[in-house]
Amino acid sequence: MSTASTRPLPGSLGELASRNVAPPPSSSEPCKIEAKHLDFYYGQKRALEDISVQIRPHLVTAFIGPSGCGKSTFLRTINRMNDIIPGTRVDGQVLIDNANIYGPGVDVVQLRRRVGMVFQKSNPFPKSIFENVSYGLRINGMVSSKSELAGQVEESLRQAALWDEVKDRLHESALALSGGQQQRLCIARALAVRPDILLMDEPASALDPIATQRIEELAYDLKKKYTVVIVTHNMQQAARVSDYTAFFWLGRLVEYDRTDKIFTNPTEKLTEDYVTGRFG
Amino acid sequence: MRRFEFVIERGLFLCALLSVATTVGIIAVLAVETAAFLREVPIVDFLFGTEWTPLFSTPRFGVLPLVVGTTLVSLIAMLVALPMGLLSAIYLSEYANSSVRRVLKPVLELLAGVPTVVYGYFALLFVTPLLQQVFPNLAGFNALGPGIVMGVMILPLVSSLSEDAMRAVPIGLREGSYALGATRMQTSLRVVVPAAFSGITAAFILAISRAIGETMIVAIAAGQQPRLTWDPTVPIETMTAYIVQVSLGDTPQGTLEYRTIFAVGMLLFLGTFGLNLVSAWLRQRYREEYS
Amino acid sequence: MTNAMRRSLDVAFQALSLLVLLLALAALAALIVDVVSDGAGRLSWDFINGYPSRRASQAGIFPALAGSIFVILLTALLALPIGVAAAIYLEEYGRRNFVSRAIEINITNLAAVPSIIYGLLGLGVFVRLMGMGRSVIAGAATLALLALPVVILSTREALRAVPGSIREGSYALGATKWQTIWHQVLPVATPGILTGLILSLSRAIGETAPLITMGALTYVSFAPDSIWSSFTVLPIQIFNWVSRPQRDFHANAAAGILLLMALLLTMNGLAIWLRDRYQKRLAG
Repeated sequence: MSTASTRPLPGSLGELASRNVAPPPSSSEPCKIEAKHLDFYYGQKRALEDISVQIRPHLVTAFIGPSGCGKSTFLRTINRMNDIIPGTRVDGQVLIDNANIYGPGVDVVQLRRRVGMVFQKSNPFPKSIFENVSYGLRINGMVSSKSELAGQVEESLRQAALWDEVKDRLHESALALSGGQQQRLCIARALAVRPDILLMDEPASALDPIATQRIEELAYDLKKKYTVVIVTHNMQQAARVSDYTAFFWLGRLVEYDRTDKIFTNPTEKLTEDYVTGRFG
Repeated sequence: MRRFEFVIERGLFLCALLSVATTVGIIAVLAVETAAFLREVPIVDFLFGTEWTPLFSTPRFGVLPLVVGTTLVSLIAMLVALPMGLLSAIYLSEYANSSVRRVLKPVLELLAGVPTVVYGYFALLFVTPLLQQVFPNLAGFNALGPGIVMGVMILPLVSSLSEDAMRAVPIGLREGSYALGATRMQTSLRVVVPAAFSGITAAFILAISRAIGETMIVAIAAGQQPRLTWDPTVPIETMTAYIVQVSLGDTPQGTLEYRTIFAVGMLLFLGTFGLNLVSAWLRQRYREEYS
Repeated sequence: MTNAMRRSLDVAFQALSLLVLLLALAALAALIVDVVSDGAGRLSWDFINGYPSRRASQAGIFPALAGSIFVILLTALLALPIGVAAAIYLEEYGRRNFVSRAIEINITNLAAVPSIIYGLLGLGVFVRLMGMGRSVIAGAATLALLALPVVILSTREALRAVPGSIREGSYALGATKWQTIWHQVLPVATPGILTGLILSLSRAIGETAPLITMGALTYVSFAPDSIWSSFTVLPIQIFNWVSRPQRDFHANAAAGILLLMALLLTMNGLAIWLRDRYQKRLAG
């Protein structure tokens, strides 16, 4: 793993043509996450309409669109976080590894361990850095000894590119970290329970540009081991970081394709208007 | 894991259900003993009789003297607590600046935190002798002293609840009045208080309920002589003080005399319960008005 | 009415309402001065350690003091787990159905029931029906029922104050509802819960009527030695002394009051200290 801070990322849409593009869709590789005619309701209000999409493994997929278009709502259906909100309803299917996660008898607790989430505003627990990362491991019964626990915590903090900064103060309060560090801690915390998928809901929107860059680099790195889905309202960020992009508008999926195509030659006029800044 | 979570939830639910069990328990205990009481004493005699002498050799079970005693003391208490409480609330809500409020409010709350037995001491040994200097005819046990002290004790309740109701009145109403050139007094009395009417009434009713249910001040300072009178200068007995009197004595359990405390308790419970319901309903109304 | 008249009326009204407020505070001051002047002379180590006596100058308050502390500790042991459990159910598990509403209405009503009624309940259920007799445990159970509504209400507020983002973060890691509550929500809510408990206990320690009614004695010459033993408490001892005609006993009562107020101040001070200390901890 190279040191994230020195590798440059494509900084503008124009450079996209020269970077390594994602492999074209191949029928032999199964998709990781699939939505089939998904409708989502907050009470009577329909927030998502007939969403069907196939998200590939070991890639970064970005969801973009104006505020209120449903991209965060759809993200949260993937780990059933919307279940916590009373009055929500789902029609259609969401499949992970070809199994419908809204089917009968699905263990939501296990699902959420396999599908990790990082939130827009970082939410570390008011505990120590160590306890934040170890919490998921302990409650899921994933380690059997203290040394194993310490090892897992270190591994997760390294994956989140935070270890060097906190290794000497693991038992200090997580709330004393900076905003960017707290968000990387939340990523480490999510990675500790060894998910397959990592969902990131506008993870850098509350951070300064340098911290944002580190989060973006991290998301880009993590796709080697995980499937990453990132919601962002920042189009340049989507262009920099993702391999595939899905454009949502008013609860519908307008277009889903390789990132370079979405930003240079989209099929839908609506998409073109959005990415060129005519609205949103 | 699923089963563990289910057991936990059931356990928590049972603890929450305990509150319902408490209410059922109160009603059941009172009802059973009152029913036994009423099998021996006709209810008309109980509710409308004018002599209360259950511990005498020729016992009489007319509860009116106790009811009147309770009402008399509560009335005096309300004459103190309601106007003073409302005025304090108006001062704190409409006149005082925030630093004055921050000092005065907690000190006022201290009044509510003093144990009632301390107030009883104060009523018997300080207030009554003081009043006797003004009213030489005042007996050592009377309704006036404890009534006034009870009023002071309940004042913070009236003040804080009325203040809540007044602060819920939108500031726009006040501004409209000031813009027309009204003084703060005119705005408070003519705009804010009427707008907060249901909340203030709820506070008043809750205060009355509190006064009726108060025990130690009257047990210490009002006397143990049930007397059907509205004269505040003579000893009387309230419903609550009667219950204490019997509890302190040697009345054997299961006797009619013993059951009287439950019958009186039932009357007390029904009265305060009714008042609390009305107060809660009024408070719900004023919350809906301004949300 | 001329403007000048209106303005002077306004000033007079302001002065009147301030005067009324200060009058109430003056009454409090008079009470404190009265009690201190009556009782300070009587307060001594012998008084605190001594036992009641027919001679006022030799009477001590130890059985009542021991009784009060014993009863309050037992009350806390009963009220805390049940109150917190009920609050957790209502706040974290309760659905907007009839049963939850009925429970909530019950709790608000019970908070306004006169304390002497709780004494009758304790007498009927704990002392007689459950056969506990006029014991410390029956008294504690009665006071626990009395304290429960306040504990539940303040615990609910403490739980509500825990940010939803902490709960979300926990669920997203695959934690169950109870794991989230036990490991994340309760630790954050604990200072608020303890503060509410201490405040409700400081009210309970001054309660006289319910304990007299359920059968605490007024003349007790021994400190309680087990939860089944009979007992008395500070406010009842004060009541006993103030009801005697002899003035010497009144001094004892005043001294007892000073002791009770000292206990109250300590408890309230503890509650405030707890709240301040943990608020700093949460801020990181």
